[in-house]
Amino acid sequence: MTQLFLEQALNGLQFGLMLFLLAAGLTLVFGIMDMINLAHGSLYMVGAYLAAAAAAASGSFIAGVLAAVLGTALLGALLEVTVLRRLYTRDHLSQVLATFALILIANEAVRMVWGDQAMLLNPPEALSGPVEIGGFSYPAFRLLIIAVGAAVALLLYLVVTRTRVGMWVRAGASNREMTEALGINVKRLFTLVFAAGAGLCALAGAMLGPLLAVQVGMGESILILAFVVIVIGGIGSIRGALVGSLLVGVVDTLGRALLPWLLRSFLPGEVAANLGPALAAILIYLLMAAVLFWRPAGLFPARG
Amino acid sequence: MSALYRQSSRRRLLACAAFAGLALLPLLLQAFGQEFYISFAARLLIFALAATSLNFVVGFGGMIAFGHAAFFGAGAYTVAILMENGIASAVLGWPLAVAVSALLALGVGLVSLRTRGVYFIMITLAFAQMIYYLFISLKVWGGDDGLSLATRSSLGPLDLKDDAVFYWVALACLAACLLFLDRITHARFGRVLQAIRENESRMEGLGYPVLRYKLLCFVIGGAMAGLAGALIANHGQLASPNLLQWTQSGTLLVMVIVGGVGALYGGVVGAATLLLLEELLSHFTSHWHAALGLMLLLVVFRAPRGIAAYVHEACSRKKAKESPDE
Repeated sequence: MTQLFLEQALNGLQFGLMLFLLAAGLTLVFGIMDMINLAHGSLYMVGAYLAAAAAAASGSFIAGVLAAVLGTALLGALLEVTVLRRLYTRDHLSQVLATFALILIANEAVRMVWGDQAMLLNPPEALSGPVEIGGFSYPAFRLLIIAVGAAVALLLYLVVTRTRVGMWVRAGASNREMTEALGINVKRLFTLVFAAGAGLCALAGAMLGPLLAVQVGMGESILILAFVVIVIGGIGSIRGALVGSLLVGVVDTLGRALLPWLLRSFLPGEVAANLGPALAAILIYLLMAAVLFWRPAGLFPARG
Repeated sequence: MSALYRQSSRRRLLACAAFAGLALLPLLLQAFGQEFYISFAARLLIFALAATSLNFVVGFGGMIAFGHAAFFGAGAYTVAILMENGIASAVLGWPLAVAVSALLALGVGLVSLRTRGVYFIMITLAFAQMIYYLFISLKVWGGDDGLSLATRSSLGPLDLKDDAVFYWVALACLAACLLFLDRITHARFGRVLQAIRENESRMEGLGYPVLRYKLLCFVIGGAMAGLAGALIANHGQLASPNLLQWTQSGTLLVMVIVGGVGALYGGVVGAATLLLLEELLSHFTSHWHAALGLMLLLVVFRAPRGIAAYVHEACSRKKAKESPDE
C-alpha cells in the first residue's frame, strides 16, 4: 500500500510540475495582457512534435529537447508579433475566436508536415529502466522529469522574484498602465514573455512526449487542465500557478489511483467500479468550483 | 447592437419570407433528387437553435458561458435514456429534456453567477467538464460509446423517421424559439436584461434584482439548448459524449461570434456559415480545418462584430449614401 501511495504521489508531483511549465506562460499572458490564449496548447503540441522529429534526426534526446525549446520559442515570438499582438485590445470573445482559429490551423499544419500517425519519442537509453530508492523502485525517466521540472520552477521563481526583468513582469501583471507610464516597454517585454512561455510549453511537451502519445489534439486536453490550474492559483500569479499545478497534479493522480479503492471499502463492488472513475475524473473540476466559490479570484490574486 | 433588435415591419416580412423559403427546401431537394441534403439541412437547423440559445445568454445577458454543451448534451441524453426505458413519446420526452437542461442550468447558474469575467468563463467550463466525465464513466448509459436510440421519437401522427418531416419539426422549433426570443427581448424582461449587460452596478443601484434576471436568462438559454439536444439525439439516433465535450461548447461559441453576438439571427447565421463552409471545404481539400481557421481569423480582423452585424452595417451605410440629407 505504501509502495502504491508513494509511487502515485511521485507521479502526481511529476505531472504537477509539467503542468506548471504550461501554466506559468499562460498565467502571465493572461495576467499582463488580459488575453485568453486557447492556442497555448498548440505550442505544447508543436514542441512535442519538434522534439520527436529532432530526436529522430539527431539520435539524441537532449538535442531534440533543445531544438524543440528554441524552435517553439521562436515560433511563439513570431505568432505574438504577427497575430496575437493585435488582439490585446479586443474583447475576450474575439480572442477566443482568433485563438480557436489558430488551434485549427496548427492542428492541420502538424498533420500536413508529420501526418496523421502518432509519433514515437523515446526516452534516452540510460534512463529507460527503473531505479531503486531505499527498497522502492521508480522509473528513472520520471525522476528526471521531476528534477527538470523542479529546476525550471526554481529558476523561474528566481528570475521573477530576484531579477530586474522579473520585476517588470510582476509590475506589468499587477498594473500594466502604471508600468508603461514608468517607462517600461511592455510591448517588447511581452514578446519576450510570450516566447519564454512557448519555450516552457515545448519543454513540457518534449518531456511528457515519451509518457503520453505525441499526436494531433494532445494540446487541447492539457490546455483545459492548465486553465484550471491558473484559475485555482489566481490569474497572473506565478506562485499561484505553482501551487495550483501541484494541487491539480497530485489530486488528479491520487484521486484516480486511490478513489476506486477507497470507495470499494464501504460500497458494493459494482457501484464502486462505476462511481470510482467518474468521481476521480471530476475531482479537479470540483476542486476548482469549490475554490472559485469561496475565493472568487483564486488562491493568490495577482491584482490587489 | 440594440439597433439590430429594432422591430420593423420590413424585417418581419423578410423573416416570414425566409422561413417560407426554408419550409419549401425539402420539396425542392426532393425534386432535384438530393434527399441526402435534407438531413444535413435539419442538422444545420438544430445547430442554429443551439447557437441561438447560447447567443441569448452571451449577447443579451452579457455572460460568456463556455459550458453550453452541457445543456445541449443533457437534453440529448434525457431523450436517449427515456427511449432506453421504453418511453419514445416526444410529447413526454422533449419537454422533459427541456426541463432537465433548465434545472441543470439553474444549478450551474446559481454557483457560477457569483463570479464574473474570465472566472465565469472558467467555472462554466468546469461544470460542463464534470458532466462530460460523469457521462463518459457511467457504463450504464453507454460510457465512451454514447447511448444509441432504437428509433426516432414518436410525435402524434407525424412520422419523424421521414427526414423531410423531421426537418419541418426542427424548423418549427427554431421558428418558435426565435419568435419567443424576439418577444421577450422587447418586453420588460429583455430591456432590463440589456440594461444589466450595459451597466450592472447601476441597475443594482436602481434596485433591480440583477442576479435573478441573469439567472433566468441563463436558464432560458439552457432550456433551449436542451430542446436542441433532444432534436440532435433524434437526428443521429445517438446521444454521444462528444455533444458534451468542451470543443462543442467552443464550436457553439464560435458560431455565435461568427454570426454576430447579440443579433437575433446571429446564431442562425453563424451555424449556417460554419456548417456550410465545413461541408463545402471538405469537398475540395482534406485540410479544410486550416482553411476554416484562416477564414475565422479573417472574420476576427475584418468583421469584428460578426457577419450579421457586418451585413447590417453595410446595409445602413448603403442607405445613408442613397439619402445623404436624411
